[in-house]
Amino acid sequence: MKFAVLVFPGSNCDIDCYKAVEQTVGQSVDYVWHTTTDLSAYDCIIVPGGFSYGDYLRCGSIANFAPVMNEVHKAAEAGKYILGICNGFQILTESRLLPGALLRNNGMKFRCHQALLEVVNNETPFTNQYAQGEVIDIPIAHGEGSYYCDEATLEQLKANNQIVFRYVAGANPNGSVEDIAGICNKAGNVVGMMPHPERAVNSLLGSEDGKRMFTSILNAWREQHGAAING
Amino acid sequence: MAQQLTAKEPTPEQIVDQKIYTQFGVSDEEFELICGFLGRKPNYTEIGVFSVMWSEHCSYKNSKPILKKFPITGPRVLMGPGEGAGIVDIGDNQAVVFKIESHNHPSAVEPYQGAATGVGGIIRDIFSMGARPVALLNSLRFGNLTNDRVKYLFENVVGGIAGYGNCIGIPTVAGEVMFDESYEGNPLVNAMCVGLIDHDKIQRGVAKGVGNPVFYVGPATGRDGIHGATFASVELSEESEEKRTAVQVGDPFMEKLVMEATLELIDSGIVLGIQDMGAAGLTCSSAEMASKAGNGLELYLDEVPQRETGMTPYEMMLSESQERMLFVVEPQHEEQAKEIFDRWGIICAKVGKVTDDGRLRLFHQGEEVADMPVTALVDECPVYNKPSSEPASFRESASIDTGAFEEITDLNGALEKVLASPTVASKEWVYNQYDYMVRTATAVRPGSDAAVVLVDGTRKALAMTTDCNGRYVHLDPEMGGRIAVAEAARNIVCSGAEPLAITDNLNFGNPEKPEIFWQLEKSADGMSEACVKLDTPVIGGNVSLYNENAKGAIYPTPVIGMVGLVHDTDHITTQGFKSEGDVIVLLGDTKAEFGGSELQYVLNGAPSGRPPVIDLDVEKQVQGAVLSAIQQGLVSSAHDLSEGGIAVALAESCMSGCKGANVSLSSELRPDHLLFSESQSRILLSAKPEQAEKLTALLREQGVQHAVIGTVTGSNLTINVNGKPAINAPVQQLEKVWKDAIPCLMK
Repeated sequence: MKFAVLVFPGSNCDIDCYKAVEQTVGQSVDYVWHTTTDLSAYDCIIVPGGFSYGDYLRCGSIANFAPVMNEVHKAAEAGKYILGICNGFQILTESRLLPGALLRNNGMKFRCHQALLEVVNNETPFTNQYAQGEVIDIPIAHGEGSYYCDEATLEQLKANNQIVFRYVAGANPNGSVEDIAGICNKAGNVVGMMPHPERAVNSLLGSEDGKRMFTSILNAWREQHGAAING
Repeated sequence: MAQQLTAKEPTPEQIVDQKIYTQFGVSDEEFELICGFLGRKPNYTEIGVFSVMWSEHCSYKNSKPILKKFPITGPRVLMGPGEGAGIVDIGDNQAVVFKIESHNHPSAVEPYQGAATGVGGIIRDIFSMGARPVALLNSLRFGNLTNDRVKYLFENVVGGIAGYGNCIGIPTVAGEVMFDESYEGNPLVNAMCVGLIDHDKIQRGVAKGVGNPVFYVGPATGRDGIHGATFASVELSEESEEKRTAVQVGDPFMEKLVMEATLELIDSGIVLGIQDMGAAGLTCSSAEMASKAGNGLELYLDEVPQRETGMTPYEMMLSESQERMLFVVEPQHEEQAKEIFDRWGIICAKVGKVTDDGRLRLFHQGEEVADMPVTALVDECPVYNKPSSEPASFRESASIDTGAFEEITDLNGALEKVLASPTVASKEWVYNQYDYMVRTATAVRPGSDAAVVLVDGTRKALAMTTDCNGRYVHLDPEMGGRIAVAEAARNIVCSGAEPLAITDNLNFGNPEKPEIFWQLEKSADGMSEACVKLDTPVIGGNVSLYNENAKGAIYPTPVIGMVGLVHDTDHITTQGFKSEGDVIVLLGDTKAEFGGSELQYVLNGAPSGRPPVIDLDVEKQVQGAVLSAIQQGLVSSAHDLSEGGIAVALAESCMSGCKGANVSLSSELRPDHLLFSESQSRILLSAKPEQAEKLTALLREQGVQHAVIGTVTGSNLTINVNGKPAINAPVQQLEKVWKDAIPCLMK
């Protein structure tokens, strides 16, 4: 299986995502530059965190116009796995691959700490190794992570089981609608989340609960491609 | 020499007649010297360039005699002071690069940008050596948090540090924040950066090879930060607000791109010399690079990328626009270098060439506009041995009995008061605004004795901390200097690391005042002594003088930034108690020492008397024993005793570990003295019951005074003194007091 980690000017969690893929599933992984116009070789595309284009104008809005994003759209339509983390989530909402938007945290400050998440939907290619309702410990680090969408969209998200992660009750760090921490598209192959699973793959660094996101992806890919194929 | 056409610039004659040079901090004697070096009167550009090169900030003219005192060599030191940052070997062809730098004055007038560009500047110092920056630290001082202006400064300094570090993607892993009236109006903002490098990638700022092109990279030059270095070398005053234009504006996104491109350039192996444009911008980088190579340099100022129209040579040379670098390659590598910067979307302009005449010559609009000897700019600034005198108050303070306050009987209440004192209180409000996890290597996060950052691909890790108690240094500069180094090392050891070296940031008042110069001398003596004793040479640093305001000088604050080597990640140790039943051991001796202590501050609001006494032999013995106990796997937690003494250390170990403790102390001291004294060379350890015997045997063997004082148990912190209850409080309640203090004040 082949992973791509996109690199925009200002991405800064690209190295962490790359390392996490290597350490958790040991599959092939490449850094892919923002000007790339062909992603057909990749099975999973990670849009990493950071401050793409300095987050100038609005988080993720300039990255949306990078040439590689056309390819991300194509990949999403082709059913490839797309994971946007933090700034990557912001980019995916800006590019309308995911509904809604990320607003300033309600406390108006950047927040960095561990956060407890409830796995709401364990049927996505990114969460199949978690139990539904399981509480996992994944860090957050963002200033603009308050997920917002209108009522109609929220109803749709719920109806289609598109809410993937919620902050546990009483511990919402940013004021997001209904404690939403991560969502997917209708098809389930595109997930965006504010917390950083790539920072939770090593017990020496505080938590290993993010490992299963990566093993989930590999598991989903193997099921899709038949267990006989070895990545 | 050609005179610029702009009508505003004074002529050489006007510079002399109107003594314009004095506005730039150049004295009459210095001006005479400059005329001598040039063989004529300087024009406006030249006097501008000389004045920044000869400012304290760039020349260290007042502090050189002090800096000479420091030990700067050691078996592991690969590069000492003089380059962008010092470098220390950590084995396997790897080395750690680190430096601390102040941005006090800019932060006093424009706290967000002042702090942000302080971070940006120190990061450039690290990657211009060829190192990948892996961690940021800081050391901050503010006035009392009850003052609105102080709250504004605190909020925005923290915001600026967060804004820059988070965006560029380097974790801010540790720091210290202290609050005292002494820093009101003149906050201290010291930023430190730590990087990793392979030995063969180490770069120097040299303009090598006559005829080679000199390149400018980074954003275009504007009129911001003109005379920043000069501004940093005078006292703050009412007019300082008007000098906001001397404060630069940071762009961490731009620096991220410049950093990645520069590291790629260095990795390609074609760079001959590289230096960042920090203080005094283009002037300092070009002059220093030429000086270090023993060469000259020509700059073609029309080629310098400019953000504004009509900029004069004076403005271009003195601008401190951020995120810029200067480098030299051979002509055949020009295209390769340009391609790298193109890919990152960074301007890369050929602005000059290396010459053999030892002169810095500037050309603009077809004319030569300045011609100065490089050595005069870099090496010939006079060095001053300022008069020094011991203040009368110092002798008088020796007789003060710092323990002579009315006995405190409500010890629970006293503990809560000290825990709620902003200097001791939890700094979660601060560090939760910093991304301390990016790069996924932060094994010990902010809030422990020292941060620990893993070295990828090895079992090694780096421990790092910043430390200084300015109250101690104020009361006794020599003792305070010793303690600052010793306590930094104690923090490093408690994290399971071997102390390697230090970088120091000397924050003092106006050195032209003999009593301030005495503080500088004495504290440097104390620091040097401790550095020698603890084998931690000084590999670089920064001097920030003239930290004064209407009320006088700040407390002398020589901040120590120390890095240590964790030989194996198994040795990483934190301060929190780990398991029910673990045995608690206290190392060191407690006396009634309260000069400069947190309890004294809480009771009186001002320090008096003498600080605790430190015996460096005892310190070394304690640290050595603790490190070997940790390395032998005998220790569950380790925490150094500092502000607030035993009571606070026990509370912190309980709160960090979410555990209670039952402790019995026996002593001839008053219970309040015993619990809150800040005697030095003390460490709190805990160990699994089955290891306790081995641990105490090791301590006995190494001659370290120690006592088994209790066990980790339950959810309360209970301390008995001589069999009588002294403190009994639920850890959750203490934690609430400790964690709520700063957020409540900032509401």
